[in-house]
Amino acid sequence: MTPSNAPERYYNYAYLDEQTKRMIRRSILKALAIPGYQVPFGSREMPVPYGWGTGGIQLTAAIIGPEDVYKCIDQGADDTTNAVSIRRFFAKVADVETTEDTGQATIIQSRHRIPEKPLKANQVMIFQVPQPEPLRGLEPRETETRAMHAYAEYGLQYVSLYESVSAYGRIATGAGYPVMIEERYLMSPSPIPKFDNPKLNDSEAVLLFGAGREKRIYAVPPHTTVRSLDFDDYPFEVQTWEQSCALCGSEDSYLDEVDLDDAGQKMFVCSDSHHCAERREAGHAGPMAGHALDQSKEPAP
Amino acid sequence: MAYVSVKGGEKAISNAHRWLEEDRRGDRAIPELSTEQIREQMSLAVDRVMAEGSCYDRDLAALAIKQARGDLPEAVFLLRAYRTTLPRFGASLPIETEDMAVRRRVSAAFKDIPGGQVLGPTFDYTHRLLDFTLAANGETPIEPAPQADEPQAYPMPTIASVFRHEDLLEHEEPTEGAGEPFDLTREPMSFPAGRDQRLQALARGDEGFLLSLAYSSQRGWGSTHPLCGEIRLGEVAVEFVPEELGFPIEVGEITVTECTMLSGSSGSATRAPQYTRGYGLTFGHCERKAMSVAIVDRALRRAEIGERADSPVQDEEFVLYHSDNVEASGFVQHLKLPHYVDFQASLQFIRTLRREFFERQAAMKEAAE
Repeated sequence: MTPSNAPERYYNYAYLDEQTKRMIRRSILKALAIPGYQVPFGSREMPVPYGWGTGGIQLTAAIIGPEDVYKCIDQGADDTTNAVSIRRFFAKVADVETTEDTGQATIIQSRHRIPEKPLKANQVMIFQVPQPEPLRGLEPRETETRAMHAYAEYGLQYVSLYESVSAYGRIATGAGYPVMIEERYLMSPSPIPKFDNPKLNDSEAVLLFGAGREKRIYAVPPHTTVRSLDFDDYPFEVQTWEQSCALCGSEDSYLDEVDLDDAGQKMFVCSDSHHCAERREAGHAGPMAGHALDQSKEPAP
Repeated sequence: MAYVSVKGGEKAISNAHRWLEEDRRGDRAIPELSTEQIREQMSLAVDRVMAEGSCYDRDLAALAIKQARGDLPEAVFLLRAYRTTLPRFGASLPIETEDMAVRRRVSAAFKDIPGGQVLGPTFDYTHRLLDFTLAANGETPIEPAPQADEPQAYPMPTIASVFRHEDLLEHEEPTEGAGEPFDLTREPMSFPAGRDQRLQALARGDEGFLLSLAYSSQRGWGSTHPLCGEIRLGEVAVEFVPEELGFPIEVGEITVTECTMLSGSSGSATRAPQYTRGYGLTFGHCERKAMSVAIVDRALRRAEIGERADSPVQDEEFVLYHSDNVEASGFVQHLKLPHYVDFQASLQFIRTLRREFFERQAAMKEAAE
């Protein structure tokens, strides 16, 4: 438990003022009522830069309470610098208990990953979103893309996937792979690897997406159909590895590649640091178990 | 082991921030800069931070500049992140720049205009020669500027008043029963943008970005052939109507820079030839910015005036979505954050394509042999 936020109490609980929280909560409710629809909201300047999680932070600030247990990850790991910074922020301004344990958390804020452990009904997953508009790469104008969503006019997206198939023999997108929500709204899952896309479908947890700079909130309520776009003859598939995790031996988690030297030596380890640690504690071991990386965790300050 | 670079953890962050503090202070043998010194002697930096930070407070802006080590966009960010937490009591009445206590007012349209040309404190017509006495003595010898024999006109006539009797310049009358003006700090950008939304975005926008857009327009990329109708700098009263009183009271005075650019319009079948305006207003003394805003505002009025649009400066989504330096700086610099999960996805893909490429080549070679 981190000590309370004496100097930060110049600010309201959880930083944002109550009126702003109310405005964000209304936007969240609207987003949940229209799954996959991007709700414009009066995004505020936050004390971290745009692009560094301001959307996710505003969502967390709007829903967090003293009873919550907060987990924050970046690239799947709890100890990446920005995740540490955001976790510290809420420990300070919201007096909240923080955890690395996916199962213990009530709110999980993430950049670029969904934890490996399946989410439960009492959890809210908050995604930091750099670009909420899945069509932006194909059409730079907001006025156009809003009309395209209104008319569910997604032909351009399919043409783009088709072009990818004809150029590369497969759909090239590896992260931020577009999904269709309840067969109505095309949605960006944020830049999670497509490996994580299946976890969005029929999720038990509430999934909230916040884009601070672009001032949009969207949501996937529990048990919603989330379909990754594909073609009958080119079905959606996720990344796989020939290797297993060098530390915990996991064969079904998303792996990060770690270069060990300049001569091409490398190891593959779980991107989800808590998942990996939990497996090692349970006695699982990979081919490089005991490697220096195993001890890379700092003692708590 | 090269691994730990992105997995810094709490200790690394704390240590990095301590180092930053040391660097901010610099050589401890040199006296520390006070925020009062910044406020008084770096007043134009303070003005820019207040303008782009959308917060009129000279002391806070000076503090932000000190904390940001003179990095002005960083100072703007600090001020914005503070401002956003302040409670809102209400909106002031619109300021009346016609009633401004003018310190500087020039017009390029006429040799002399009612009220006269008032140069005021300006870099214009100075020779940009480094003044080494400033470095040597710390002070230039100060001869106070002489006082004029007669007080200047008050209120100072505006460029609009000069044209009034001839109807040569389009009128800008306050719209009766107009709704609350758009507020970007409470609502997201929406299109098509009204002029209120546009002018607010430009007032908060990055000076460098707007300057370059204005310059591009002058060079023919969406030219409006602007002429500087008037620039005025001075103090205006801010009035507020408290609910319990029901009448306006003056709550303070602010310094603003206002610019009106004139562009000729040859009219149409239904509209007489007339001059149109571009308008720029900033907190503090930000002349370069006010002029740039006025040019960009006029360029963005192209639909209303019926001009062709083929240049960046005439495209409101392009201009308004990219003028905010707090948004731009954050998003460009977020590329410093780790991206190894998505990079792993891309790496796998490129490796597969390369493997297939070499397999194809090998097969071709085999076939050729």
